[in-house]
Amino acid sequence: MSSNKVIHAIYNDDDVLMDAVHKTRAAHHHIEEVFTPFPVHGLDKAMGLAPTRLAICAFIYGCIGLSVATTMLNYIMIQDWPQDIGGKPSFAFYQNMPAFVPVMFEMTVFHAAHLMVITFYMRSRLWPFKKAENPDVRTTDDHFLMEVSVKDNEDELVKFFKSTGAVEVKVVEVENDKH
Amino acid sequence: MYTFSSKLKTFSFVLMIVGILGIGYGFLTAPKTIQDVEAILKAEEAHHEGGHEAAATHEAAGAESHETVAATHEETAKTAEHSTAVEHEEAVAETTHDTIAKDTVAAVTVAEPAHAEHAENKAEAHADEHAEHVEHVFHQLQNKPWAALYVACIFFLLITMGVLAFYAIQQVAQAGWSPVLFRVMQGITAYLPVISVVFFAILLLSGFHIHHLFVWMKEGVTDPTSPNYDEIIAGKSGYLNFAFWISRAAIFLLGWNVYRYLSRKNCLAQDEANDDVFYKKNFKMSAAFLVFFIVSESIMAWDWIMSIDAHWFSTLFGWYVFASFFVSGITVIQLVTIYLKSKGYLENVNSSHIHDLSKFMFGISVFWTYLWFSQFMLIWYANIPEEVTYFKTRIEVFTVPFWGAFFMNFVFPILLLINSDFKRIYWIVVMGGIVILVGHYVDFFNMIMPGTVGDRWFIGVPEISALLFFFGLFIYVVFNALTKAPLVPKRNPFIEESKHFHY
Repeated sequence: MSSNKVIHAIYNDDDVLMDAVHKTRAAHHHIEEVFTPFPVHGLDKAMGLAPTRLAICAFIYGCIGLSVATTMLNYIMIQDWPQDIGGKPSFAFYQNMPAFVPVMFEMTVFHAAHLMVITFYMRSRLWPFKKAENPDVRTTDDHFLMEVSVKDNEDELVKFFKSTGAVEVKVVEVENDKH
Repeated sequence: MYTFSSKLKTFSFVLMIVGILGIGYGFLTAPKTIQDVEAILKAEEAHHEGGHEAAATHEAAGAESHETVAATHEETAKTAEHSTAVEHEEAVAETTHDTIAKDTVAAVTVAEPAHAEHAENKAEAHADEHAEHVEHVFHQLQNKPWAALYVACIFFLLITMGVLAFYAIQQVAQAGWSPVLFRVMQGITAYLPVISVVFFAILLLSGFHIHHLFVWMKEGVTDPTSPNYDEIIAGKSGYLNFAFWISRAAIFLLGWNVYRYLSRKNCLAQDEANDDVFYKKNFKMSAAFLVFFIVSESIMAWDWIMSIDAHWFSTLFGWYVFASFFVSGITVIQLVTIYLKSKGYLENVNSSHIHDLSKFMFGISVFWTYLWFSQFMLIWYANIPEEVTYFKTRIEVFTVPFWGAFFMNFVFPILLLINSDFKRIYWIVVMGGIVILVGHYVDFFNMIMPGTVGDRWFIGVPEISALLFFFGLFIYVVFNALTKAPLVPKRNPFIEESKHFHY
C-alpha cells in the first residue's frame, strides 16, 4: 500500500451506514473495513464480500467424523475382539449397525461443530490474549465506522464522506499494518 | 384468479379412468374361491421344485423319528412357502423346506415313534396344515386389491391432513412468510372432505365384512368357544370394537373437516372485512384445532394403521405416522406452489418462499428418519419376540421397500437439500419432492401391507391404479378449488410482510 493514511467515517445509524456503503462502492472507493457493534443485515452483500465457505467445511468435517466413528466401532467391536455381548450379532458391521448409529451420529455432529468453530477462529484470527484491533471504542457500543484507504485524494474523500451522513470524518495515520 | 387449464383437467380424468379400470381389474383378478387359490399354488409349485408332493412321498417311505414343528400362525403370519415349517430328520429328506417360520406365536414340538399308524396321522395333519395354508393365502390374495386401495386412500387423506396441520401451525405461529401460500394450502385441503368420504366408506365396508383388512374384526375373535378365538385381541376388545372404532373415525374426520371448512370461510370473510375479527377467530380456532389434531392424530394412527397388526404395539407410532404425512404434505404444498408459480399465477412468491418450504421438507425428512430409526432401533435392540416380529416380517419379506423407504426419505433428501442454493432451484426441489412422496407412499405401504397381504405383496396393477385414481381425483378437486378464490388473501395482517419476504 502506497499510502499510510486512512479515512475513518463514523456513523450512528445502520441505515445511514448501509446507504454510505452503497455510495462508496458506487464511487469506487476501496472499503478497507467496516466496524459495527452488531451484525448489520445485508452489510456483507452491500460491501460485495464473497460468501463464506464455512458450511462446506462443516460438511466435510461431518463426513470425517462419520468415518472416524465407523472405523473405530468396526475395529473395536467387530475386528479386534468380536465378543458376544448380550447376544448382539458382532459378525459383521452391518449386522450390529443400529447399535452404533447413536455414536456415529454424535461423532458426526461433534466433528462438524468443533472443527468448524476452530476453523472460524483461525480464519478470523481469534484467540485468547489476542490484541484487539479496535480503531475506536465507540464501535463496540453505538457507532459504526467505515475505514477507507487514502491514496492522494484526501480532501475529496473527506468531502465525500461528509456528504454521506457521517457524524465524524477523521484522517488517521496508521503504521504499515501487518495484515 | 386461477383458471383450471383444460389440459390438466383432461389429464386428471385420464388418471381417474385408468385408475378405476386398474382397480376394477385388481378386484376381478383376485381369487374368488379356495379352488382358485389351489390352482395358483399349484402353478407356483411347478416353479419351485415341488413342496407338497415331495413331502407326501416322505411320509409313505416311513421314517424313524419325526420332529414336527407346527407353528400356529395368526392371521398376520407369513412364510415364504409353507406357513408351517416341517422338519424331517430322515436322510431321505433332500428337498429343502423353507424352515423360516415367521411370526409364529408358539411352536409345538411333537416327537413320535415311527409306526404304521403314524404315517396316517401325519398325512392327516399335513392335509389340515395344507388346508389352513391355502385358506391363509386365500385371505391374503383377497385382501390385496382392498389393501392397495386402502394404502393409496389413507396416503392421500393424510397428505391433506399434513397440509392442514401445517396451515394451522402457520396461523398460530403468525408466520410472516407463508400467508401468500395460504390459498394454495386451502386449495389442497379442499381434497379433505372428498377423500374423507371415500375413506370412511372403506372403513365402513370392513365392518360389514366386505373386506378383511382388520384381523380383529373377524367373527368369533372375542368368543372363547370359537375356533377364531384370539385371547390377545379379545383382551383389547374394549378398545378395538367396531362401534367404538367407527365412531372415533367419524368424530376425527368430522372435526378435521369442520376446521377446514370454517377456517377457509373465515379467511375469505377476512378479505371483505374492515377489521381483523375473522383473522382472530381463525387464530383461536387453529390453536384449538392443533390440540384436537394431535390427540386425534395419535388415536387415528392406532386405529387405522397400527390395529392392522393387532398383536403389536408401539408407543411412538402416532408421531412416526405424523412425521411421515407431515413431510408429504409440505412437499405437496411445495410442488403445487412451484407448478402455479411456473404458470405465472403466484407473482408474490419468490425463491425465498421456495427456500423455506425446502427447509421444511429437509428438516421434517430428518425428523421422520429420527422416529423411524428410534422405533426400529429400540425394538431391534431389546429384541422382545412379541414386538420384533413386526420388523422381522418387514425386513425379511419387504426387504426392498423397507430399506428403500429409508433411502428415499432420508439419504436422498439429506444429500440433495442440504445445499442452500439447491433449495431454490425448482427442478432440484421438484425431483427431491417426487422422491420424498414416493418414499412416503412406500412407507405407508410398509405399514399396511405386511399385516394384510404378507408375502403376497407386489406393487402391480391394483397398487399403481389406486394411486393413479386418487392422484387424478386430487388434481381435479384441488385445482378446481384453486379457481374458487383469489390466490392471495387480501387483508391478512401479515400479507405485506409475506409478499416482501426475503431470506
